[in-house]
Amino acid sequence: MSKLNSLAISDNGFIFKPSTGESFTTNEIGLIIINLLKEEKSADEIINKITEEFDIDAISAGRDLYEYLDFLKREKMLD
Amino acid sequence: MSKKIYERPVLRKVVEGIPNKFGSLKRLQPISTIDSVEIDSIIEDYGSPVFVLSESTIRQTYRTAYRAFSTRYPKVQFAWSYKTNYLDSVCRIFHQEGAWAEVVSGFEYEKALDNGTSGTQIIFNGPDKSEEDLIRAINNKSLIHIDHFDELYTILGLTDKLNERPQVAIRVNMDTGIIPQWDRFGFNYENGEAWNAINRLLSGGTVDLIGLHIHIGTYISMSKAYATAVKKLAALANKTFDRFNTIIGYIDVGGGFASQNTLQGAYMPATDTTPSFDDYAHSISTAMIEADFPNNESPMLILETGRALIDDAGWLAGTVIANKRLADGRKSMVIDAGVNLMFTAFWYNHEIYPVHESSFQSEPTTIYGPLCMNIDVIRKNIDFPMLNKGDHFVIKRVGAYTMTQWMQFITYRPNIVMIDKESNVHLIRKAEDKEVFRRQELVPEHLS
Repeated sequence: MSKLNSLAISDNGFIFKPSTGESFTTNEIGLIIINLLKEEKSADEIINKITEEFDIDAISAGRDLYEYLDFLKREKMLD
Repeated sequence: MSKKIYERPVLRKVVEGIPNKFGSLKRLQPISTIDSVEIDSIIEDYGSPVFVLSESTIRQTYRTAYRAFSTRYPKVQFAWSYKTNYLDSVCRIFHQEGAWAEVVSGFEYEKALDNGTSGTQIIFNGPDKSEEDLIRAINNKSLIHIDHFDELYTILGLTDKLNERPQVAIRVNMDTGIIPQWDRFGFNYENGEAWNAINRLLSGGTVDLIGLHIHIGTYISMSKAYATAVKKLAALANKTFDRFNTIIGYIDVGGGFASQNTLQGAYMPATDTTPSFDDYAHSISTAMIEADFPNNESPMLILETGRALIDDAGWLAGTVIANKRLADGRKSMVIDAGVNLMFTAFWYNHEIYPVHESSFQSEPTTIYGPLCMNIDVIRKNIDFPMLNKGDHFVIKRVGAYTMTQWMQFITYRPNIVMIDKESNVHLIRKAEDKEVFRRQELVPEHLS
């Protein structure tokens, strides 16, 4: 999680990556996922949290979570 | 307590760049109705995908085109280009509005007769007319547009056997300043072939040369090309009058008007660049009026516009099958309508819209059809909202050539419906099923 902790993330989803100077934007769910990852929550815990708060089933939330984790890995924000 | 609305998580890199003159991208607004009918309800009743035609749009477009020409030139006649869309319901609307029929095969000729068109109001174009086709057209006094010398001599040969005098025009190809120059149809103007054809036709005295026809190309976005064509045809008409004392009764400028679909590779959207009917009408009518036709008589102006009259009236509604990530991370979406139905996707950037607002986020997306073929791409790259499996989409401006050039490949062709002026939905062509194909196939006894 150290890579995520090195990012500068604003409350409205603007992400700055100091190591490369790149900037990103994410939406509300993306921000929640990043914050839960920083708390070292597991994928199942994140899915539970999302399905409790949002109108979505666990299968769809899981599908989107793993896709999002791939995004983070591709941008080298996650190991 | 009700839960919050979910939206898929997205991560997008902020890319620096120089803002272009079009400004930032607009968000794609959903289209949920066609002529006040819910697209969801059409899909529910008639399946997915489904072609939808708007009768009101067909009539309005025709009237706009007719007004543009008839207010500028005294004798104007449209002939509906069957090959663009030969569904009977579509053809009958155009005929009700006053259009003749323009056909390019025996099959289309039969359709025109079945749709109640009088033989004298059928223009018979195209390079493939059998002797039987020609005999029928001569007997019905249809306007036969001769494409090549073999056809010309067949017609001359038939005059001995038939009582009716063939009513013919010749198709002329020429340099009008546009590239590519279409020269495979008709007789060339510049090298004298067209004049030779007229001489051979009229020297026998057995046929009536009543018109000259040109079809300079397709998707012509330069209206002045038509003016060049009219000037050259006027010169040919004068030469014909001087030598044979024959007056050319009509000038047929063919079709080729561009629709508002954007061609792939175009810098500007077609909605900004396509000439309007008034632009075309101004160029063509001005050239017709300025041309010095024999005896100062104005020949009838015939237009065979197809694409520009029907494209806007057609829609294709369907359903998202799946979302995928490509190897390089780009988003792709698979929908249930492919190039088997949308042949035009090979050259147009079709406008595609979600039926409902599903996400405020969008990202560059490749949209694939359902065929198990790599070439089945509906849009290579479009900034598109994230739809989910089962969500509906609608594609705009698909009235021209889709429903005639579609292929029965891998799957059945779907229903086509038409929305009338009172917003009633009518099924005008049934979806295919296995019985349609069973009827056509025969299995030898040793295989049955």
